[in-house]
Amino acid sequence: MRERWSSLMKRDGARTVAASLISIGIGLLVGCVIVLVVGLTNSGLGPGAAWDGIRLVLGGILSTGRDASGSLAFGFNPANVGNMLFRATPLILTGLSVAVAFKTGLFNIGAPGQYLMGTAATLIVSLSIPTASVPAPLVWLLAFLSGILAGALWGAIPGLLKALLNINEVLACIMTNWIAANLVTWVFDGSVWRNIEENGKTGYIYKTAHNGVETARWGLDAIFPGSQVNWGIGIAVVLAVAMYIFLTKTTMGYELVCCGSNRHAARYAGIDDKRDIVLSMAIAGGLAGAAASLYYLSGNTEFFWSTYQSLPAVGFNGIPVALLAASDPVAIIFTGCFMSMLNIAGQQLTNLTGYNEYITDVIIAAIVYLSAFSLAIKMMLGGRKKHKAASLGASPAVPGKAEKGGEGV
Amino acid sequence: MTFLIRQTLIYAVPLMIVALAGVFAERSGIIDLALEGIMIFGAFIGVLFVNMVQEAGVFDQAKADGDWLALQGFAMLAMLAAAAAGAVFSLLLSFASVNLKADQTIGGTALNLMAPALVLFFIRIIADQNVLNMARGDAPSWFMLRKTDLGFSRTDDLGFLGETFIHQVYLVTYICILLFVVLSVVLYRTKFGLRLRSCGENPQAADSLGINVYQMRYAGTTISGALAGMGGFVYALTTANCSSNGDVAGFGFLALAVMIFGNWKPLNIAGAALLFGLFKCIAASYTSIDINGDGICMLKEIGISAHVYRMLPYIITLVVLAFTSKKSRAPKAEGIPYDKGQR
Repeated sequence: MRERWSSLMKRDGARTVAASLISIGIGLLVGCVIVLVVGLTNSGLGPGAAWDGIRLVLGGILSTGRDASGSLAFGFNPANVGNMLFRATPLILTGLSVAVAFKTGLFNIGAPGQYLMGTAATLIVSLSIPTASVPAPLVWLLAFLSGILAGALWGAIPGLLKALLNINEVLACIMTNWIAANLVTWVFDGSVWRNIEENGKTGYIYKTAHNGVETARWGLDAIFPGSQVNWGIGIAVVLAVAMYIFLTKTTMGYELVCCGSNRHAARYAGIDDKRDIVLSMAIAGGLAGAAASLYYLSGNTEFFWSTYQSLPAVGFNGIPVALLAASDPVAIIFTGCFMSMLNIAGQQLTNLTGYNEYITDVIIAAIVYLSAFSLAIKMMLGGRKKHKAASLGASPAVPGKAEKGGEGV
Repeated sequence: MTFLIRQTLIYAVPLMIVALAGVFAERSGIIDLALEGIMIFGAFIGVLFVNMVQEAGVFDQAKADGDWLALQGFAMLAMLAAAAAGAVFSLLLSFASVNLKADQTIGGTALNLMAPALVLFFIRIIADQNVLNMARGDAPSWFMLRKTDLGFSRTDDLGFLGETFIHQVYLVTYICILLFVVLSVVLYRTKFGLRLRSCGENPQAADSLGINVYQMRYAGTTISGALAGMGGFVYALTTANCSSNGDVAGFGFLALAVMIFGNWKPLNIAGAALLFGLFKCIAASYTSIDINGDGICMLKEIGISAHVYRMLPYIITLVVLAFTSKKSRAPKAEGIPYDKGQR
């Protein structure tokens, strides 16, 4: 048994999966400990509530509410599973966005900005083209494509700055995030797209359903009644597989990955590294834009337009999704679902106990924190012999970033 | 004009102190993206401290007597609490990046995600809403300095300087400026400062001369955390009426921009902070600013949207980076985990 374990741990892939699982485990543990400590020290909660809280943190997706006697009931809850798939859609895509940049040795912290630009483009196109004269599916397609395009253009800006002027992409991304937040607020401020029909909704843009544009739900609403799920999740999965094929089976993808492993060696081998950096950031931006498009094209999600003081969390949550999956596009489908499962658990926690959904954000943050030193965890798993090999290779999460410095973050 | 200067200072001082926090971390060789998160955490602890001390009724007598010295002392204590919280929180970053040689960018991002989540989780449990306020009263009535406090009567005219810098100001603003000067001197004119900076430029050389690089990096990040936590509380006190809602509106990132714009040098940072503070101030209240006192709000007449002023600091930073990236004075060794075995 012990031998099999150590031979398994010699394989890099296995160690990566194990490191991710350990991160998840510790993250959940942190969450449970906080729930427990708060429950025991807070007079309003008590040990019973703490036990409920822990069960919901770990199995919120299976929660079916409270039964007649007031205790928590668990079982298959189609609405929860459907909502999980719905919320996983943008997470998978922002995760892909961050992952593609990671593969090229870039840290795309600009996903929130790209997501916002995608949101704006999608909403404007889907609400502006009258569905009376243009078929709604065509408007949907145009809106989706314009969301991708807007995200790609916005993502290309940090890429260009990095490639041509050697400005650190993290910094450029942070700046473009806030520029995007202000720009989007500016575009919608005083615009005709603001929802003025429903009272008390002045801070929101019309749902795309207002113009009859919605993502198809063929059959999914029958399988998961009472949830928001639609075929956007299918598109996200297809895009993830497409990215897998692109990165591993095409010349272009190979060039991007080369560039990420060692930019100088790639240039020496005749790869146009500058073009690849811009391309990678544009693809990353396009994916983040697609995330926004699919989320808002569902027809029943609303956009709060006065967003200049905050950035969308789903953009940042793409980072843990990508890190946990070690930037593997197919694995991202699962880590994205895991993250949205946590999200649902948080929602259940708010509805059913005295706790609130922010505990799941704490768990996610703990997981990101652990991912930052997943190299150390992997080294521990592989035993000391691996020490040299691991320190010779590039950092696992962010290839090509281990030895940078003095770039000005 | 008085209003403009006063408001600009209120925005500029947190930026300045948090940007200096960034300098301390980065000059020791640690990339500090976590400024925003630490600010949020510091603001929360500071406000919580104020809230709890008020509940305990410690300073009620002083408030009733109008004992402004005691109340300012109260504000100082809250600031200290915020600084301590920031320092402790930043240990997460230094532990990951010094001991575990983690990727500092991701570590900082984790702290940025962690702070609002933790803070909102606790605020919801404590206050049963998404914002934690003072237990009673508001920030100006408790902590604002007025000319009557200093023995002048309500009708005295203190002249332009007096009215601008003594009347209706927060003492914490001046404490921060003083601290900024002192710490800048420490960074450039003391043995400790020189050693700290050397660890950000060439840690191998520093180590060979007997400087403990790990210790210096811990020191840099901890000072940075304390300053950022303090800055977060000052922000909450002066611009958000001493309330905490898990958000500092991107001030931490703006401070990062100020730091880069100021080329990692304190004097330049002070200038950059004033400039960016001015933009923030204009964006917040451009419709009512009357610069020369003729009753016409000139900026409103020009008709540039507030969104432009809000965006400008970020755009300027990008432009400045574009022009200076070739000869940028970023610390050479920042972001590289120090490994004794190398060279």
